[in-house]
This record gives sequence, structure tokens and C-alpha cells, in this order.
Amino acid sequence: MTMSSALDITRAVNPPRAVFNDFPLGHTAGKPLDRRLQREIMVETLSAFETMRTPGSIKTLPFEWSPDHSWKHAGAGEGDNRTDRTEEPTYQTEDDKTAAAEGKLAEECIACSKWSPDAGARRSAG
Amino acid sequence: MAEPPVEYIRSITRQYAKLGYKPYGWVYNTDAPPWQPLRKPLKQCRVALVASGGIYRHGQTAFHSKDDTSLRLIPTDVRTEDLRTSHFAYDQTDARKDPNVVFPIDTLRGLVQEGFIGGLTEHAITFMGGIYSSRRVREETAPAITERLAAEHADLALLVPV
Repeated sequence: MTMSSALDITRAVNPPRAVFNDFPLGHTAGKPLDRRLQREIMVETLSAFETMRTPGSIKTLPFEWSPDHSWKHAGAGEGDNRTDRTEEPTYQTEDDKTAAAEGKLAEECIACSKWSPDAGARRSAG
Repeated sequence: MAEPPVEYIRSITRQYAKLGYKPYGWVYNTDAPPWQPLRKPLKQCRVALVASGGIYRHGQTAFHSKDDTSLRLIPTDVRTEDLRTSHFAYDQTDARKDPNVVFPIDTLRGLVQEGFIGGLTEHAITFMGGIYSSRRVREETAPAITERLAAEHADLALLVPV
């Protein structure tokens, strides 16, 4: 089952089963800290496993982000986010970077980047 | 009144043209998708969470922005406050306030407690969906996820893109 907030992209990809939740991108499974809504979305989503019979169908979930739909005109993806793409991991915090360097959880990483500052610098120079 | 869903393919295609990029190669699968009926009731199913929002946990290597096809295994008993996000293509503000919006781990743990689903696999699987090469997704990321889902003895997989 695929959850989705981008109906046209999910139609194009055509997964076996999907649910469409018409929320802004980055909120596929609900609103932050709204446990009740998050639970309702998940119950609807998982229940579809028992009701869907047709490969490629998409069930629209009965939730609304807000009565006001202005978020749909907010200009998603207006900026240029393709610049500065590098193999250097982007950490949420500096502390995460330090913890990752200890390598204690390396076995939880499949095909992780072997990036190091030196290798990164060499690549940029090349 | 309800408005129709946002047309992301059209708006992103237009934006790329404006920025002078070559057109993005959208994936259009026209064959009928594979189908596997659910073999047991939900309350007996072991559920695998697979999320593409760049979720990692404190101590793991974060994701990078240049076609990162790697996976992270997140133990499903992870502390929610140890979860992080690393992704260049969506607004992470709310995901960092509450990871459940893109990685519904507490939601699913709650449904296990209620007996609505049987349980969770030992690990959830995460990756960073900003991979421009659909070939690499097909040849690297997807097979690695499938292999892991089998190893985790998942009865069903729940995919959460952003």
C-alpha cells in the first residue's frame, strides 16, 4: 500500500494499491502532533487492504487539510533545489554528525555513502 | 468548496523549463501492477513501514543530496525523539516537530497496542526519495528494499512518500 499526497504522480507510477490524502507535501500521514487525525488516517489506510480488490486503484481519504484551500496555490517547488547537490551527508544537527562519526550504528545502514571531507574535497576539485 | 488536487507534474515541468533544466523523466508505468491478496486479517499481520522522507536516527549516517540510493534500518522500538530528517526537496519543519507526519511510527505502535494490526517488523526501512535517476531506484533501491522486507518477514508493506 502506498500513501500519497500527489495524486497525479501516484497515478503515473501506478502502484498496486494507494490511498490519496489531499494534504500539502511533507504531511502524508497527518498533521504534526494531531494524534487523533494521524490514527484515523492510518486506520482508513490499513483498512483499504481488506476492501481493495482492483490492482492499480487509488482510494481518496475523507480528510481535509483546512476548509481554506489556499495552500494549493502556495507555489510548491518554485525554488531551485537542484543546486549544490553533493555526496556529503546533510545532518539535522551537528551533534548527529559527531554521533554518526563514531560508527556505532553502521550495520543499520545499507549502501551508505563513504563520503569523507577529504574525498569530498578531491571530487569538488576534480 | 473543495478544489481539485495540485497538479505536481505540470507545475514541476513548467518550473524546470523556466529554470532552463532538461525535462524531468517522470515514470509512467502502463502495465497492470502486480497484485498479492492479503492472506490474513490485519490484526494478524506484521506490518513493515517504508518511508522516503529522509528519516534517520541519531547515530546513523544522514542522507546526501546527490542521488543517494542507500537505506536505513530504523528499529521500530526507536525513541521518537531520536528521529531526524535529511531531505532537500520538501519543507521539513513539521516533520522535525513530529516525525509521525512522514514516518508514522507512534501511530502504528498505537494500532499494535489496540490489536488493530498484529505487530511491526523489527526494523522500518527509510531512504531519501530525492533520487533523480529512476533507473537507479529500479536497479538499486527497490531490490534492496524488497530483499529487506523478505528478511523482516513482513506480511504487508506500508509505503509513505513525502
